[in-house]
Amino acid sequence: MIEILFFFLSALAVFSAIMVLVSKNPVHSVLWLIAVFFAISGHYVLLNAQFLAIVNLIVYAGAIMVLFLFVIMLMNLNTETEPQKHIWMKLAGVISGGCFLMMLISLVRQAVEMGGRKAMMAEGDIGLIKNLGKMLFSEYVVPFEITSILFLSAMVGAVVIGKKH
Amino acid sequence: MQARPAERKINMQALTNRSKEVSRKPISFLESLYLPAIFKGMAITFSHMFKKQPTIQYPEQKRPFSPVFRGLHVLNRDEEGRERCTACGLCAVACPAEAITMEAAERLPGEENKYREEKYAARYEINMLRCIFCGLCEEACPKDAIYLSETFAPANFTRKGFIYGKNDLLIPDPKTEPEAYAKALGKGEKTTASTTN
Amino acid sequence: MTLLAIDWILLIEKLILIAIIVFASLGIALYTTFAERKVAAILQDRPGPNRAGPFGLLQPFADGLKLIMKEEVIPNTANKFLFVLGPGLAMTAALMTCAVIPWSSQVHLFNRTIDLQVADINIGILYVFGVVSMGVYGIMIGGWASNNKFSLMAALRGASQAISYELAMGLSLIAVLMISGSLSLKTIVDQQMAPGHLWNVAYQPLGFLIFFICALAECNRTPFDLPEAENELNFGYHQEYSSMKLGFYLFSEYVNMIMSSAIMASLFFGGFDIPFLDESTLAPNLAAGLGVLALLVKIAIFIFVFMWIRWTVPRFRYDQLMNLGWKKMIPLALVNMLITGAVILWLQGK
Repeated sequence: MIEILFFFLSALAVFSAIMVLVSKNPVHSVLWLIAVFFAISGHYVLLNAQFLAIVNLIVYAGAIMVLFLFVIMLMNLNTETEPQKHIWMKLAGVISGGCFLMMLISLVRQAVEMGGRKAMMAEGDIGLIKNLGKMLFSEYVVPFEITSILFLSAMVGAVVIGKKH
Repeated sequence: MQARPAERKINMQALTNRSKEVSRKPISFLESLYLPAIFKGMAITFSHMFKKQPTIQYPEQKRPFSPVFRGLHVLNRDEEGRERCTACGLCAVACPAEAITMEAAERLPGEENKYREEKYAARYEINMLRCIFCGLCEEACPKDAIYLSETFAPANFTRKGFIYGKNDLLIPDPKTEPEAYAKALGKGEKTTASTTN
Repeated sequence: MTLLAIDWILLIEKLILIAIIVFASLGIALYTTFAERKVAAILQDRPGPNRAGPFGLLQPFADGLKLIMKEEVIPNTANKFLFVLGPGLAMTAALMTCAVIPWSSQVHLFNRTIDLQVADINIGILYVFGVVSMGVYGIMIGGWASNNKFSLMAALRGASQAISYELAMGLSLIAVLMISGSLSLKTIVDQQMAPGHLWNVAYQPLGFLIFFICALAECNRTPFDLPEAENELNFGYHQEYSSMKLGFYLFSEYVNMIMSSAIMASLFFGGFDIPFLDESTLAPNLAAGLGVLALLVKIAIFIFVFMWIRWTVPRFRYDQLMNLGWKKMIPLALVNMLITGAVILWLQGK
């Protein structure tokens, strides 16, 4: 049962991710991206990390993607208004993308300890809110606080930019 | 320079004592919470739940017409059921909206039981879309042949339907259909069927 | 082989429960539309719909029939797929909320103990938030796919309003969660039912007020009904919609109202708790039935208050809305959170 779900979600995630790139309409791309987030949240649930699953949905699908949609809808992007890119730009894109892909593949191949290892399904409770909270505030308190300072500075920056007339 | 509101007010004479000075004070902290005001408003709307409803359930209940109501026209008959109208055209002349059209005809021998005078209206039309229900036709009529009843023109699908001919306007015959006649008469005292003229 | 491991009876039981809850909430939503018209009428000194059936009780069916019979129009320039997807999303998101609401305690039927809650997941209330944030997409997609500037404007308004008020809502909720120490709605309700424990509204009056105001904003109810401000935006995000697609949008709004009332009742007003009554003295099935009834009564009261507010308070201007959300509600919720935390720490230290 869980395996069926896993493969279904994986297929959904990969298919949606491809559709994000393929679809011409940027609004469709955003919607497919939301589908990707849903699939990933499904994976989190399979890993018994319900908190992460729902936070992924609330933050990414619920807030950030809405803002994406905002921008795209307001700019009214479509295929006609898209500027034609120069051939060199396209070539550069292909090369850099190819390099990134190669790097990823070699990384995965090199990671020997990943071989033959299975993801934990519906076991382990690290993703539950209680354990996650305890972990964040004890073992990883310094990086956690640093992250929050980063957020704070980003917020202050946003306010400063917004205040400027 | 325009006079400032405060100066202008001195010159202005108040017609009533109902005008209220607009308070331009900055709102206090309690007011700026808005909640007390909202609760006050909600209390007001809540109190309306217990108020009497002025609704009249139309087809079952009808609102009484006022005695001066001017509604659809009725062409009157006398007590013997003869049409009173002589097609003199005074109503059409009096009509400010030019809603009345008529055609006169001479009474033939043997029609004395249908028409009161020697001349009668062969065609008598009122365009209810033009009519402003002012009642001047009623006042102009020397024979008390037309009066405004206590009904109003019902809705219709075509404009043509609002041109009321003689069939629509004539009051039912008091002899052959006394009930319909009494109904058309209504409670109004304006009918002159009994008066001689 | 793993397929056999499923508890089929549990599955069937849950499916039946889901069906009951979905149809019940649709039925209640149907009559909420009627209640909306009736309450509006009574507050405005008129009798309201009273022709269809006794006291107009068949009015919602007449309305529904009318919506279904209407011609379905899809604008030429609209994005067909998204245009159809929008109302469906809105409805799905509205109905999905009911999965975590504890409708009552357990009933004992056919030698089985059945929880009257579809899923008691340990992140219950966060799930509600996730689903609510999905509800925005119904509005946004519908508004954008209509290819109408009024719809688009309304959709953007609706989305920005929902995002802004979700923050304050979440922050006000954190104070409640600090008291209860759990995200599960069932646990929160059980704590409130425990003897010697008052309803959460007694501990969190400010939190409740903030939550209530944000719930109004999330449901697009007056005074926060900017996405459907008729006199500014013609009709709002569902302007190009007709027939049952429009019906879905309107309906999802009422379902949202019911769900947020249920959530508020569960979080702050003891859920299915009957005040001044010890449920453990009753037979379990009777207690469960009365619990459902109590929750429904609480929901009805909340819905009435929603409507009562609608016919009292005029709509906010857009900048006022944003001011209230960001400059008043969020700081207030933060202060509430801090105070709650301080009091809890002080009580623990004693």
